[in-house]
Amino acid sequence: MAEMTHLTLNGIPVEDTFAEAFDVAGTALIVTNDTARWAMIAATVMTGFATSVIGCGAEAGIDAELSPEETPDGRPGVRILLFGFEPNGLKDQLIKRVGQCILTCPGTAAYAGVDGPTKIKLGGAIRYFGDGFAVAKRLPDETGKLRRYWRIPVMDGEFLCEDFVRAVDGAVGGGNLLFLGRKHADTLKVAEIAVEAAAAVPGAILPFPGGIVRSGSKVGGRTKGMMASTNDAYCPTLKGRAGSRLPPECNVVLEIVIDALTSQGVSDSMRAALHAATEVGAAHGLVAVTAGNYGGNLGRHHYHLRDLLAKEA
Amino acid sequence: MPVLTLREAPPERLDFLAVNPLALSGLSQGDAERLVVGTTRRGLVLGDCFTVALDGSDTLTIAGGHERLDRVGAAMSEGAIRVEGDVGQRLGAGMAGGSLTVTGNAGPFAGSGATGGTIVIEGDAGDHAGGAVHAAKVGLDGATLVIRGSAGDYLGDSMRRGLIVVERAGAFAGARMIAGTIAAGTVGDHPGYGMRRGTLVVGGHGSLMPTFVETGALDLVYLRLLAKSLRPVSARHADLLANAPNGVPKRYSGDLATIGKGELWVAA
Repeated sequence: MAEMTHLTLNGIPVEDTFAEAFDVAGTALIVTNDTARWAMIAATVMTGFATSVIGCGAEAGIDAELSPEETPDGRPGVRILLFGFEPNGLKDQLIKRVGQCILTCPGTAAYAGVDGPTKIKLGGAIRYFGDGFAVAKRLPDETGKLRRYWRIPVMDGEFLCEDFVRAVDGAVGGGNLLFLGRKHADTLKVAEIAVEAAAAVPGAILPFPGGIVRSGSKVGGRTKGMMASTNDAYCPTLKGRAGSRLPPECNVVLEIVIDALTSQGVSDSMRAALHAATEVGAAHGLVAVTAGNYGGNLGRHHYHLRDLLAKEA
Repeated sequence: MPVLTLREAPPERLDFLAVNPLALSGLSQGDAERLVVGTTRRGLVLGDCFTVALDGSDTLTIAGGHERLDRVGAAMSEGAIRVEGDVGQRLGAGMAGGSLTVTGNAGPFAGSGATGGTIVIEGDAGDHAGGAVHAAKVGLDGATLVIRGSAGDYLGDSMRRGLIVVERAGAFAGARMIAGTIAAGTVGDHPGYGMRRGTLVVGGHGSLMPTFVETGALDLVYLRLLAKSLRPVSARHADLLANAPNGVPKRYSGDLATIGKGELWVAA
């Protein structure tokens, strides 16, 4: 750590570096059900196994719980965000996930959750499950805009699914912060508080388990063919070796990763997380906060921690 | 506001296809009065029957309607027409946008082939309202048709999309429907005769055909969306779905003599 230039926030050292993030394709889906509990079950299942786009095909998470007044059909709902490398890959994942997790879930309906330039066929693809018995219906929403829904006969009645959703321009994936701590439980607590603050920003999700990832990675590896391997510079068991970035007192590093529909969303979310974490950092033995990047050459979006120190943008 | 005031009952049927706010906005007073509206060799012009007062605005009032005024608002795409009185056949036929209000009654084939806009008939409508004219493939095709009084037989015959809201309709409402929605306080016998797809929502009905089968009282999510979309047009019709007397309306599926993807929802 000797070579690091440190800033300070709430008495916690913050490395003067940046998080490197990427342009991704992103969309939002609203799922509703008769009860908030079942809407959440559907959303939880659909956003499962969606931590990293490399291994899972998509990154997904729950953006917000919606009251009946906020959903198209007046039932409780959940807004899901889904991100992929590009719209085609996103479409593939969306259809698979809606087909396996929303279509199958009792009582659930699915609607487009965001406007954007790229159409992604959803109900228009899933309708084939209806084996020719599905019908489309075009109805005006509360603004008078006509929206097309597919009604697919299923054993509990109908699965109602909007014909298409839209992918936004400008979605960003991979905003991140690394929390260097002393004790595992304390550092986990700091990361949890950071996740809560980051997730509260509308249009941002944290796709890893509980929003937190312990296996940060670097590009490539010593084994031939590995696209990514462990971020050895931040592994406490590898402290003291050449290349380690950990000070002696640091025994655990946890990372949060943020995807959002806009670059501003990533930045707002990182800012909220950084402030929340450092505010409780001293009490939990937080050693420092830093961010992950690949030297700045891979991702177009750089979020400098220096720019996030002010509470407001 | 441009106003056409009827001076006396027209001596023949008049065709108002060329009389709409957009067309009149480009005409001088004299040109407007010379618009041919007659349908015989007599060559009747607008000024023969109406006092014409133009001001270029996009709301046209026809003060004094008559059942001989055919194709009022036909093919109009913007603006508004208000008729104080009755109109003849094919009110708003092929209309693409704008709004059309008739305070009296309308003849047959109101809204036939209309793809957009809103038609409101405050009195009664004749047969085939929202229905296809002879040899046409489709009736109402996307517009909204509201009939505050009664409609005749064959309401929405072969309609393809759009919405018809009516207080009472005669026999064969929704016959040969291709798709779309009809909401009616009551309909006569044989609703949905030969319908392929589409939705009929009724408070009561005459005799049903044997090719409609009851599928039960189903609380579908779709009904919430449908009720929500009906509410701005008519809260009473939305309540047929949202506050059905028995909780959930009863659903019939039909016409099974065709592809049978249509449905009849009965609130009572």
